[in-house]
Amino acid sequence: MRVLKIQGSDDTPKVILDADSNTFEISGRSLPEDVVAFYDPILEWIGEYSQAPLDKTVFNFKLEYFNTASSKLLLDVLLKLEDMYDAGHDVLVKWHYPDDDEDMQEAGEEYADIVEVPFEQVSYSID
Amino acid sequence: MANINNKKESLDFVYDFYVKMKRNKINLAYEGEITHQITKAFTSLTETNMAREEDASSVQKKVFHVMVECLQNISKHAECSPDASGKKDGRGIFMVSKGDTEYNVTTGNIILNDKVEHLAQMLENINSKDKDGLNQLYKKQMREGHISERGGAGLGFIDIARKTGEKLIYSFIKIDEKTSFFVLTSTISRIKE
Repeated sequence: MRVLKIQGSDDTPKVILDADSNTFEISGRSLPEDVVAFYDPILEWIGEYSQAPLDKTVFNFKLEYFNTASSKLLLDVLLKLEDMYDAGHDVLVKWHYPDDDEDMQEAGEEYADIVEVPFEQVSYSID
Repeated sequence: MANINNKKESLDFVYDFYVKMKRNKINLAYEGEITHQITKAFTSLTETNMAREEDASSVQKKVFHVMVECLQNISKHAECSPDASGKKDGRGIFMVSKGDTEYNVTTGNIILNDKVEHLAQMLENINSKDKDGLNQLYKKQMREGHISERGGAGLGFIDIARKTGEKLIYSFIKIDEKTSFFVLTSTISRIKE
């Protein structure tokens, strides 16, 4: 399957969706000028991928910051992963947050609460 | 001669304006169109200043967050001024002030009078809730809400209230039969919890 790679910028996250190398990741900052236009290709890619996913899909979120409009689209991404899980596929969401960022940790807890998909919180430290 | 006097008066205004900004500890004031570029420029400028001031990173993140949501509110919802052509123009006033114990982010923009009641109800509802209530409201809106044509998700005010832990202070000043000026101040404590 084709690879979706988007370079990160100061207002858009880095995205790597690559089934061949088993990498599924959204990281960095998300406050795009047009959130729908930015997340559409990502949602579409996951939709296609979920037709024939790997035995196990580990999807990593490692965000520093996202605005409220992005929070809604991130939920849409998670709901797609939930659909995959509901269809009987093995899916794990890993939510990475800086160990001093309570708001980002709480955001993860909030999503874990809303979507019915295996969810792991992972803290990391920034030097 | 009159012309020169007028110009001198405007120079006095500049000083007066400067003194008022200093007195109110305003370190950023802007009036005009709020574009995505402006949003990025202001947030990055404030980030640099806060890093120099050695504010806690949690405080810096909150200020950044509140600024982004406030600026995006103006760019998405501000109506045109009464004398302009009738289209939304995304203009408004934006100010950041820094006191010893808190940052204040203030926005002002024109809205239609027939939207005042709905907006006031929404803000009152947010102000009536505690942190748990705000979290519930945010989740509900994220699940049930839709991204509007202008890219808003109706989540900005809720998130400002829950991230700052402060009430939203606002007022509507009637301009004419059609429009009002909407002013909103969000406070971010500089004292780390």
